[in-house]
Amino acid sequence: MTTEAADSTEAVGAVAPAADPGFLQRYGGTIEYVLIPGAALVGALAVFGIFVAMFGKNPLDLYFYMYYGAFGTWFSWQNTLTRAAPLILTALCTALPAQLGMVIIGGEGALLIGALSATSAALALQGMPPFIIQTAMVCAGVIGGGLWIMLSGGLRQYRGVNETISSLLLVYIGLAILNHLVEGAMRDPASLNKPSTREIGAANMIGSIPGTDVHWGLVFGLIAAIASYILIYHTVFGFAARVAGGNIRAAKIVGLGVSKLILTVCFLAGGAAGLAGMVEVAAVQGRTNANLAAGYGFTGILVAFLARQNPLAIIPVAILLGGISASGGLLQRRLGLPDASVQVLQGIIFVFVLASDALYGRIGFLKGKS
Amino acid sequence: MADGSIGLWTVPLAVLGGAIRVSTPFLFVSLGECITERSGRINLGLEGTLVMGAMSAYGISYLSGSPWLGVLAAGITGALLGALHAGICSLPRVNDVAVGIALMLFGTGLAFYLGKPLIEPTAPRLPAIDFGWWSDIPQVRAALRINVLFLIGVALAPILYWAFRTTRWGLLIRTAGESSDAARAMGHSVLLIRLRATMVGGFLAGIGGSFLSLFYPGSWNEGLSSGQGITAVALVIFARWDPLLCLWASLAFGGAAALGPALQSVGVTSGYHLFNAAPYILTLAIMIITCSPKRTLTGAPAELSITR
Repeated sequence: MTTEAADSTEAVGAVAPAADPGFLQRYGGTIEYVLIPGAALVGALAVFGIFVAMFGKNPLDLYFYMYYGAFGTWFSWQNTLTRAAPLILTALCTALPAQLGMVIIGGEGALLIGALSATSAALALQGMPPFIIQTAMVCAGVIGGGLWIMLSGGLRQYRGVNETISSLLLVYIGLAILNHLVEGAMRDPASLNKPSTREIGAANMIGSIPGTDVHWGLVFGLIAAIASYILIYHTVFGFAARVAGGNIRAAKIVGLGVSKLILTVCFLAGGAAGLAGMVEVAAVQGRTNANLAAGYGFTGILVAFLARQNPLAIIPVAILLGGISASGGLLQRRLGLPDASVQVLQGIIFVFVLASDALYGRIGFLKGKS
Repeated sequence: MADGSIGLWTVPLAVLGGAIRVSTPFLFVSLGECITERSGRINLGLEGTLVMGAMSAYGISYLSGSPWLGVLAAGITGALLGALHAGICSLPRVNDVAVGIALMLFGTGLAFYLGKPLIEPTAPRLPAIDFGWWSDIPQVRAALRINVLFLIGVALAPILYWAFRTTRWGLLIRTAGESSDAARAMGHSVLLIRLRATMVGGFLAGIGGSFLSLFYPGSWNEGLSSGQGITAVALVIFARWDPLLCLWASLAFGGAAALGPALQSVGVTSGYHLFNAAPYILTLAIMIITCSPKRTLTGAPAELSITR
């Protein structure tokens, strides 16, 4: 369970100093990166418990059903992992530009445009072998989403437009384009109540990982996260990006092509979110409609911040947050909580995580002083 | 029929009416954000504040029977959210942009949670003043049915302009925004000034939200605000942190937002969603035209993180 996981990390922090002060000197920083967000999570869960208690619900029931709905059974694990897949990808959309010191919050827009591009590619290539259609969908999704966020990056670099605001405005513009096409040029005349595009065809869906109901999108997410980690921490390109993110003037003085860095990173970031859109179409929905705007892009921002913008840490955090959203249905049915309760909890977690930024470097025993 | 005789004039009339009606939330949020940003901090959470304001105004109006109590409740809710934002930002090394994003998600989530039982009932609305009594044309009368909140907002813009220039409080806010060191040297707490500026900003944004639920569109539902709050934040940058320019910009945005429904009313339905996105496209276009990578924007408070 979420609280247990956090408790055990606290236990590690509490036991270690007595054992070996040298250990803390080396790993104190790393422990801090686990301990502080963990404590923030526990604090947020406690506040959310008090919040639902004010509405006459038992907080212990809440924690039990959250655990049960997220990680209690094989069925809920599969539900959790299915939701974690797009979250890993949309979180990368915030985490990659963050290496350059940019705050991009438009993952939802890139997801929608990626889904639309992937669907268009699939519909244009109908009749081709599924493998070709699926490859084309991946390419179209990545390119569509990538160009969408690259627009924000380019505007920042060449016109000085703030990327946080422009990427968020692009979410609303992307949603308008999706609705416009889905209700107009791309509409399937058979979709009466819920305007949608035509289906991409059952044969062209990417299907599930054998033995599970979890679709292949999870593997896409894992590969993208690991590749991002290698790119940022183990390549010259990633090093240059981190230099530019740390000090833009220093980067210019040593002759780094900052414009190229920004555009490439934004393209990769948007490409990840666009891939999330492709996965949602090719593994879940089978077509494009307004259902795709389910908020994965916005939860992805929270995942990225909770993971402290580290691509590898995004994986467990996305599973955790996927679990919270997977338990939402159970909370509605068993406790009668509104469907927005997951959103409230996410908001509280976000606030706690940001406030906990003040704690880094301030916890005495973690500094390794003997 | 009167509407037959005025034909296509319906569109500019509806845009004019829209500029007056739709602009009010833009106006309040942008004036509030203007105060906050002048003090050197940006609050992106006003989108959440707007929705929370709309929900609490509708709830209190329904429970008490008085829409004006609802407006007050919306303002207080907004001020509390502002205090939360400022409180977290006062901690060391906390990024105000990120806190704003968090409060945007938190505010909308909380409003949907608490507002669930309010979707069904009908609450008393705010009254409107009929400025179109002289006309026989129903569209003109509809366009000139003006809410008192709009008039308050219009009056507030020059008052704020004056207050920034001449009052002690205006000077303090500007000092905190231009140089926190200078404010500290004068013996003032920058954090306290920013706390108050963010609370006043939240108060105004909350009132902007109450207009959404209590006048136009005049009901509470989860699709009430789709980005008006964030558009208004961008609008402050476009208005160069000048309250008077905020007023004109809000009117322009209200008109742009009314374009989609206006065209639909005369039968132009294709591109409805694209016309609805007009305010966002307009915001982006204006930011592209007015921003520049080579210089900081004129009028930008030097301490503001978002202008760099």
